[in-house]
Amino acid sequence: MRFTGDKVFKVLVAVIAASALAILIITGYTLSVGSMPVLQKFGLNFFFGQQWSPAAGREIFGLLPYILGTLATSGIALLIGVPLSLGIAIFLVEMAPRSLRVPISYLVELLAAVPSVIYGLWGLFVFRGFMVTYIETPISKYLGWIPIFSGEPGGLDIFTAGAILAIMIIPTVASISKEVISSVPNSIREGAYSIGATKWEVIKRWVISYGRSGIFGAVILGLGRAVGETMAVTMLIGNATSFSAMPTSLFNPGQTLSSLIASGILDASSPFAYSAYIGAGLALLFMSLIINVGAHFVMTRVFKVKGGAIE
Amino acid sequence: MTTLAQENITTKPSQVFQEIDSNAKMQAINVDAWFGQKQILKSVSLSVKPHTVTAIIGPSGCGKSTFLRCFNRMHELVPNAKMVGQILLDGKNIYDRRIDPVQIRRRVGMVFQKPNPFPTMSIYDNVAAGLKLTGVKTGKSLDEVVKRSLEQVTLWDEVKDDLKKPGTSISGGQQQRLCIARAIALQPEVILMDEPCSALDPIATAKIEKLVIELKQTYAVVIVTHNMQQASRVSDYTAFMYLGELIEFGETGQIFENPKNRLTEKYITGEFG
Repeated sequence: MRFTGDKVFKVLVAVIAASALAILIITGYTLSVGSMPVLQKFGLNFFFGQQWSPAAGREIFGLLPYILGTLATSGIALLIGVPLSLGIAIFLVEMAPRSLRVPISYLVELLAAVPSVIYGLWGLFVFRGFMVTYIETPISKYLGWIPIFSGEPGGLDIFTAGAILAIMIIPTVASISKEVISSVPNSIREGAYSIGATKWEVIKRWVISYGRSGIFGAVILGLGRAVGETMAVTMLIGNATSFSAMPTSLFNPGQTLSSLIASGILDASSPFAYSAYIGAGLALLFMSLIINVGAHFVMTRVFKVKGGAIE
Repeated sequence: MTTLAQENITTKPSQVFQEIDSNAKMQAINVDAWFGQKQILKSVSLSVKPHTVTAIIGPSGCGKSTFLRCFNRMHELVPNAKMVGQILLDGKNIYDRRIDPVQIRRRVGMVFQKPNPFPTMSIYDNVAAGLKLTGVKTGKSLDEVVKRSLEQVTLWDEVKDDLKKPGTSISGGQQQRLCIARAIALQPEVILMDEPCSALDPIATAKIEKLVIELKQTYAVVIVTHNMQQASRVSDYTAFMYLGELIEFGETGQIFENPKNRLTEKYITGEFG
């Protein structure tokens, strides 16, 4: 009897495990079928075209501005969010007294529990003003001659959306990095101290170096969140469409794949336009997959990680 | 245990070495240490002579490792750790407020219980790491120091073709010798060893012991060990510690053949430990 029980359990668990793969395949299939009309009409131009016009009879759909917009906001999110997250993680593990460590870790993780529409609202009413007054206007004044900082800062733009994403990825990146850094064996720190390393050197040359693959994993998870995040971005990015959505300046309104879908799909006037938004979803799914597969490649080939350890 | 504790009170030796010993390379004067509220060391004083091996023996938990870690200010790295007293290096207190612990750790090297080569660094970089911290970047002089240090620990011939491989790719005994090479690459004055053979097999242990005896020609060595035979084989002086106190300190021959303290005698003869 116990033997049969084991077998049943094994099959059950295998089915559950397989369902994860099945969900991914079904999602991909559904999106592919749904976007077939636009893909058939535009082919690869659907991904590399710059125009987006749902006007009946003269429909034309190209995703390039939104793909680039997604990359731009996610890039800004990493650029700002990763150093902050690492700073938090290093402080918590290497410096904070135990009495601070637990409450601050808890607060950081609590940031993840804030619904993204709240970040959007806060961004709209508080953060946007802050960005315009203290960040964008000074940058525009002194560095406005650099193309990516050109234009009049209005607050509803790629930079603000990227900055809010940076805040939103902090809990993910910081809490995983914290776990990675605390898993660095103390014997390594002691060895480094014993040859005359300062605290900063121990962190920089030993702790980060030992935990680099784990920290890289944390960054990828953060990137995954940044690429897919919808609500807050939709509320803050300015929702440009067509040519004007090309992310040429950080201070211009833009659009990401997810914000394009969220802000447009309810107004889709025809089944064909509807199919274009589903196609945007397919592109988003592909981007996420490519990022994850690419990250796995970097982990195994560049860092030579096998079974979680650096070779 | 109770009888021992009572004996401990009655046979507590009068404190020695309270005056500065001008012949000592390092000298501990009335060192007390705590982890939180728990007192680990009680007024321990001891001097380490240049070009000698000093062994610290005693049962587990007697404070010998903690005491050793006071000699290069590693003790203070543990949260809640506290230490009172003086430790002199060439007559100067290393706990003086003007002294940077980083400088002390370059002069007083350390080898740990478990071999801990840096896994993200090559064998070469493991040896060179300390020098790189001081600003020596690359070049011939660094190559020479690495080679000389590895030769001193008789590891050069075994790893000279694999210098680029990770420090953790070699055997445990080799790793421990690599860690000794890492310490001596900085040309310290004193080397502290915290049970350096406890994770090694007998052959690797014999190599390390031979090395310890050679090292004293250049450095003063302090070795903590739970292995009494090892202490008698390698050391010139032996300190016996028990429950955070230094019970007896003297020439190794005297400690092992003619201990003055009854507790030392009991420990040496294996009556407890």
